[in-house]
Amino acid sequence: MAEAVHPEAHGHAEHESTGVDSRKLGMWLFLSSEFLFFGALITNYLLYSNRTGFNIYPREVYDIPFTSVSSFVLLMSSLTMVLAHNAVARDDQPQARTWLFATAALGSVFLAGQVFEFTEFIVHYDMKLTTNPVASAFYVLTGFHGLHVAIGVFMLLSLWGISRFKGRLSEEKGMNVEMVGLYWHFVDIIWIVIFTVVYLIDAARV
Amino acid sequence: MTDVAARPVTTIYRKPRSETGLWSWITTVDHKRIGTMYGYAAFFFFLLGGIEALLLRVHLAQANSEFLTAGAYNSLFTMHGTTMIFLFVMPASAAFFNYLLPLQLGARDVAFPRLNALSWWVFFFGAIFLYSSFIFGTAFAPMTPDGVTGNIPINGGPGAFDFLASSPNGGWFGYQPHAGPFYSTGTAMDYWSMGLQILGLASLISSVNFIVTVFNMRAKGMRLLRMPVFAWMTTVVAFLMLFSLPIIAVALFMATFDRQFGSTFFQATNGGDPILWQHLFWLFGHPEVYILILPAMGIVSEVIPTFSRKPLFGYSAVVFAGAAIAFLGFGVWAHHMFASGISPVAQAAFGLATMTIAVPTGIKIFNWLGTIWLGKIKFTTPMLFSIGFVAMFVIGGLSGVTHAVVPSDWQQTDTYYIVAHFHYVLFGGAIFGLFSGLYYWYPKLRGRMMNERLGKLHFWLMLIGMNLTFAPMHWLGLQGMVRRTWKYPEEAGLQTWNQVETVGAFIIALSILVFMYNWWRSKTHGEPSGLDPWDARTIEWMTPNPTPEYNFAVPPVVESLDDFWRRKYAEDEEGRAVRRPEADQVIAELEEIGNNPPQPIHLPNPSYFPFLVGLGITIISYGIIYHTTAWGKALIVGGALLTMASFIGWGIEPLEDEPEDHTPEHLEPAEAL
Repeated sequence: MAEAVHPEAHGHAEHESTGVDSRKLGMWLFLSSEFLFFGALITNYLLYSNRTGFNIYPREVYDIPFTSVSSFVLLMSSLTMVLAHNAVARDDQPQARTWLFATAALGSVFLAGQVFEFTEFIVHYDMKLTTNPVASAFYVLTGFHGLHVAIGVFMLLSLWGISRFKGRLSEEKGMNVEMVGLYWHFVDIIWIVIFTVVYLIDAARV
Repeated sequence: MTDVAARPVTTIYRKPRSETGLWSWITTVDHKRIGTMYGYAAFFFFLLGGIEALLLRVHLAQANSEFLTAGAYNSLFTMHGTTMIFLFVMPASAAFFNYLLPLQLGARDVAFPRLNALSWWVFFFGAIFLYSSFIFGTAFAPMTPDGVTGNIPINGGPGAFDFLASSPNGGWFGYQPHAGPFYSTGTAMDYWSMGLQILGLASLISSVNFIVTVFNMRAKGMRLLRMPVFAWMTTVVAFLMLFSLPIIAVALFMATFDRQFGSTFFQATNGGDPILWQHLFWLFGHPEVYILILPAMGIVSEVIPTFSRKPLFGYSAVVFAGAAIAFLGFGVWAHHMFASGISPVAQAAFGLATMTIAVPTGIKIFNWLGTIWLGKIKFTTPMLFSIGFVAMFVIGGLSGVTHAVVPSDWQQTDTYYIVAHFHYVLFGGAIFGLFSGLYYWYPKLRGRMMNERLGKLHFWLMLIGMNLTFAPMHWLGLQGMVRRTWKYPEEAGLQTWNQVETVGAFIIALSILVFMYNWWRSKTHGEPSGLDPWDARTIEWMTPNPTPEYNFAVPPVVESLDDFWRRKYAEDEEGRAVRRPEADQVIAELEEIGNNPPQPIHLPNPSYFPFLVGLGITIISYGIIYHTTAWGKALIVGGALLTMASFIGWGIEPLEDEPEDHTPEHLEPAEAL
């Protein structure tokens, strides 16, 4: 049936186009919006971080060596993501599954680190979401980043499940691996900005 | 035909099959059906917002009025503004985008049909969520940590309709800390902040969809500068939404965290900064006003050339002016905050920036006038509404320029002068433009024309009604009548003009009744429109009316701007349009082919996952409002599970690998093969 249909009648007919796959273009547009989302949250943090008179500031309680390690873990997950994408391109399904799972695992380690960090701040330093606006800004910014990582882990595990239980990641799904990859790299890049601006530069002022 | 039973089972879910009835609407991914649902929902909320406005006008017709309780008054003006902006003008524009964009581009559908359905269902549930505050919401008297009580009692006090006071009551702008946890206690403003968050998500998804559609789905030969202006304005609005909605999302999340989880972003008593809310809100809020007006400008740019029987004067100038308005629109937000104590340098800068917006706006106005100039004008109903748009928008635009002058703005802030201004640009502008589009494109929906006499009656009643309602607000405002205030004193001498305004509001209501009757009656009694009732210019008129499910039977190939016009008209030596002898033949052929596709056409599968995802997100939002209770937590978990399960189902549901065939009836299955 499908072969009998003339391509003209499909909606796949020749048309004007950027040449970029629609799903990829859509993901890029969504990410451009996300940059403003995190831009507003980071600005918000910097604004309150520059105000004087609060009883406690996140920069006073940062554990830079610990966060450096978890940042490194997240950065390495970008490498495994690239390897997963590469494996799908070669149609090496077992390898693709391995690297997808590794990426999800590294993301989970990062999330566990964030849970540990939040607990430290709350229990040892008594810096809660409700303490003051700069603490609120810190938790909401890093919390939303963590939520993005968690959604990424969910998508990676879904891809892994599709490959594991429904056969293979096909050409069409390969595009999906690329899209999740774009998202995942975006989440990483945002973390690099957060770690530099919110952690390192801010901590240097203490 | 493919044997249905022989199809491999590729999903654990049963795929939707209905083609008519309720389920077909719930599972549809057809951009025209989605646009229609957007349109009816928007009109429904237009009526609700209108009833709220009428109650306010009845109340204000009397000095020292106690028709409404103070609490009900606060809720009504808040919900009137919120409804008209987020539940009427935005979805009504989305209705036009959805229905027309693929047709104007010569495409089969939008780039992501299921995401399109998702935007609609997220909007639908978000709107229900917001309005459910009338039933579930609560609002109590202000409770402040420093013992200061507000001067307006919420619930009780003199007046009627007190039951309305339990809905959001902090203004459509939700200024902090007034709308924060201490001054707006109860859940009413939680419904507002979470509701707007959901509605914003819907618009964000559709903006991505429309931009990709424009960039990747245009018919062959349709270069970017051959697109109809309406398609261009859709693109510009989509970019505006893409870049402004994340800002309001952050602001609303911060407000929600303040209200729900005890953060103190905007609570000055705890070191927070209320002005930050105003910056974030208006950094979204000013682009938002262009999100509201640019679609109407796009519609007007289609209607005026058609009925002036001339090409749009300065097409590329109109397109670039639209983009310039959008670009400048991100740099002028603080003109909403001149009275908030921002620095004089900032005031001067934002005042100047605001004035520059008058330049591209003026370009558009003069281009429309230039199009009408020396045209063979046909005063049809859509044309009247478009001319009404230009006239009313100029009045609103001029009073807008007076806000850019800082000392003048200090006088006008929070008075009815501002109310007059934005009703001239939004009612006289956006709503006139939308009605113009409804009359113009009605044949595409129904295959019939709307009644012209009733349409003209609608136009004149609405024009008179709107000027009676909103013009007096200019001088009432300059005399000092304040916005959002329950009562005005009798000795202020404001009552007479207020009564005139109330009469005007009821004339508008009457005009809407005329419109509704016309709409309903034209469905069965309207004259059959044929393919080209208006002698139109753009290619969406190259499909039969009502539009077939598959849009174009054969994808068009475009050779110029206004390609349909080019197929019908040539130019003589002096540049006048001369109808080609074969024009009628062209139309007849389009009608013939359009109804009888030569090839079977694949349409995307219907899906119920967009509906379920929208439902799941809304359940989470209810859960967040009641997160302190056990069942609130259960709602969050249940909603999250539903959303995730639906996304997984969505991910493994095939969109293309076993497509539904639209086999035209005249083709026997054997022939189709």
